[in-house]
Amino acid sequence: MDFALFAEQILNGLQAGVTLFLTAAGLTLVFGIVGFINLNHGTLVMAGAYIAAKIATVTGSFWLGLAVAVPSVVVLGLLLETSVFRRLYHRDHLDQVLATFSLILFFNELARIVFGRLPYQIDKPALLAGAVHLFGDLYYPIYRLAVIGVGVAVAIGLWYLTAKTKLGMLIRAGSTHRNLVGALGVNVGRLFLAIFALGALLAGLAGAIIGPMQAVEVGMGENIIILALVVIVIGGVGSIRGALVASVFVGIAESLGRTLVPYLFEKVVDTSTVTFLSGMFASTSAYVILAAVLIVRPQGLFAGKV
Amino acid sequence: MIRKSFWAALAAATLVTTGGALAQQGPVKIGFVTTLTTPSGYIGEETRDGFTIAMDQEGGNKLGGVAVELMIADDGVKPDVAKQLVERMMQKDGAKIISGVIFSNIVAAVAPDVVKAGGFYVGPNGAPNNMAGADCHPNYFIASWQAGTQSDMAGLLADKIKANNVVLVAPDYVAGKDQIAGFKRYFKGTISGEILTKLGQTDYAAEITRIRSLKPDAVFFFLPGGMGVSFIKQVKESGLQNTALLAPLTVDDRIVESLGDKAMGIRSTTFWNWDYDNAASKKFVEDFKKKHGRVPTTYAAQGYDTARLIASALKAVGGDVSKTDAFRAALKKADFVSIRGSFKFANNNHPIQTWHARDVVKNADGTYATKTAELLFKDYKDPYSAECKQP
Repeated sequence: MDFALFAEQILNGLQAGVTLFLTAAGLTLVFGIVGFINLNHGTLVMAGAYIAAKIATVTGSFWLGLAVAVPSVVVLGLLLETSVFRRLYHRDHLDQVLATFSLILFFNELARIVFGRLPYQIDKPALLAGAVHLFGDLYYPIYRLAVIGVGVAVAIGLWYLTAKTKLGMLIRAGSTHRNLVGALGVNVGRLFLAIFALGALLAGLAGAIIGPMQAVEVGMGENIIILALVVIVIGGVGSIRGALVASVFVGIAESLGRTLVPYLFEKVVDTSTVTFLSGMFASTSAYVILAAVLIVRPQGLFAGKV
Repeated sequence: MIRKSFWAALAAATLVTTGGALAQQGPVKIGFVTTLTTPSGYIGEETRDGFTIAMDQEGGNKLGGVAVELMIADDGVKPDVAKQLVERMMQKDGAKIISGVIFSNIVAAVAPDVVKAGGFYVGPNGAPNNMAGADCHPNYFIASWQAGTQSDMAGLLADKIKANNVVLVAPDYVAGKDQIAGFKRYFKGTISGEILTKLGQTDYAAEITRIRSLKPDAVFFFLPGGMGVSFIKQVKESGLQNTALLAPLTVDDRIVESLGDKAMGIRSTTFWNWDYDNAASKKFVEDFKKKHGRVPTTYAAQGYDTARLIASALKAVGGDVSKTDAFRAALKKADFVSIRGSFKFANNNHPIQTWHARDVVKNADGTYATKTAELLFKDYKDPYSAECKQP
């Protein structure tokens, strides 16, 4: 495998990783600090994707779609928190799983009724269309580079928020000593609402920016949520840093694995075995990493550190 | 006296009800278990909408002049759900005809139950390999195609365009592997890579990078629904623009509508297309467009022909499905004018039919549509029929 191919797979993995991170960051905050399992988080990604795609299709402007989708998803997240989730905080995790799972079914059906059964596809904004020549044989889509840029910017923003602001201080405190934060007179209800809003913002952003790369369809949320759950367990529940490292790690491992496995084995074994091995690798790599982390460090890589 | 007339009345009433059952005065019940939810829901929707056009053309709720009741239910792509639905429809509601199933793995789960209970399975879509071969059954009919045929034809198409170096892409599950096997059946060139992806995968960047490194002159992909939309989108944005894209039936008009100009250049295979030039097809397309405001896909066509096949057999037995042998013989005869032009059953009760290549074209109004291209195989009989022991 030449270096350009290798570098391209690293970029692919990085891009997949940061997209995953946008979903996982919100999920891990809610799970780690509020102590609430929100399977419905993927629905927010789907909502962001659908709203952005619909507006982009009607008006022809990707940017308008993005600008409307993100705040709309935040509003949706806040509505869900105040109307449903708030009532579930004191119930056990099984109740939360059941309730949020039923919301997935509800929102999938709603999306089907509102947006129809056909997958949507939207074009990239003209500004970010095309590919850029990096070096040698390597041409990389500008849009995917921009997605990586957004991911990096969000990671820096979240670092600043948690390390340098009062809200961040409360988030850090809440991730390890939830009850104590309440006992010290902090309005926990408002803190939780702020965390939900932040999670919804990132989910809406993730949905809006993946629209131009893949089909926007009913059920896309579940695909994302399963991998996001794997990632937050690898990273340590409640840890943004962990979610970032684990997302990028899983993204790069999956992407490299899908090309390295066939490359390494195709000289040793026959085609159907290569197909079998790489197919197996593509479907299982995230879970293999999860299993390995759980054996070595069951609490996750960055448990206790936001 | 009063007592006597009471018994007489009761006897008369009994006679009337049993007599009614014998003469089949109620509508013939048809169980239609299909997939209406999940991202694949549009396939069941198309199939159902095609099926009901045939009933509408007879003035509503009639097939072959016989009153029918179509019981539609959603299986959610779950074999266990489909099994329960079929059991209820046959035992509680008294349906003897079951149709509608989309996915091959669900056909494999329900069709044996149907035929074992003495009912008829008339399939509008999925048709697993084994049931076309060694496990064929006289009461099991497929009005669409044997599942692997669409890819058998794609292999022929690859030969026709003189593709020499081809990469195959399909999801890692039974139907995906069957399609890859189908492609290899007639293809004479080199296959430099076979890529199995995760079912429901949405990002193909890593696969596309690998495909590019293999420098193929064609890529064959079996990725139904949203998977195909994502894949094509990403291929068109990568450096693969000059590689031919070949697909089986999966690039239908609704997928083309969703992809727009990105669908241009994709070649697929089909047994029928909306532009077929025969009276039956034109009438179907016109009526479908009038009711639903869109061009019917091949799934709709399959639903329509399934309904018309059932209609021809119901007509032959005057709506009395309890005449099992006569009904079976009538189904096998397939005495209806198919929108495909010619239609007859092979020994395994799967159609012998003609396959064409299919292109994507841009209409004058800026929309995109599919268009029938060159002939691939006239009167193709699927190879599994040789393993089926029935005449």
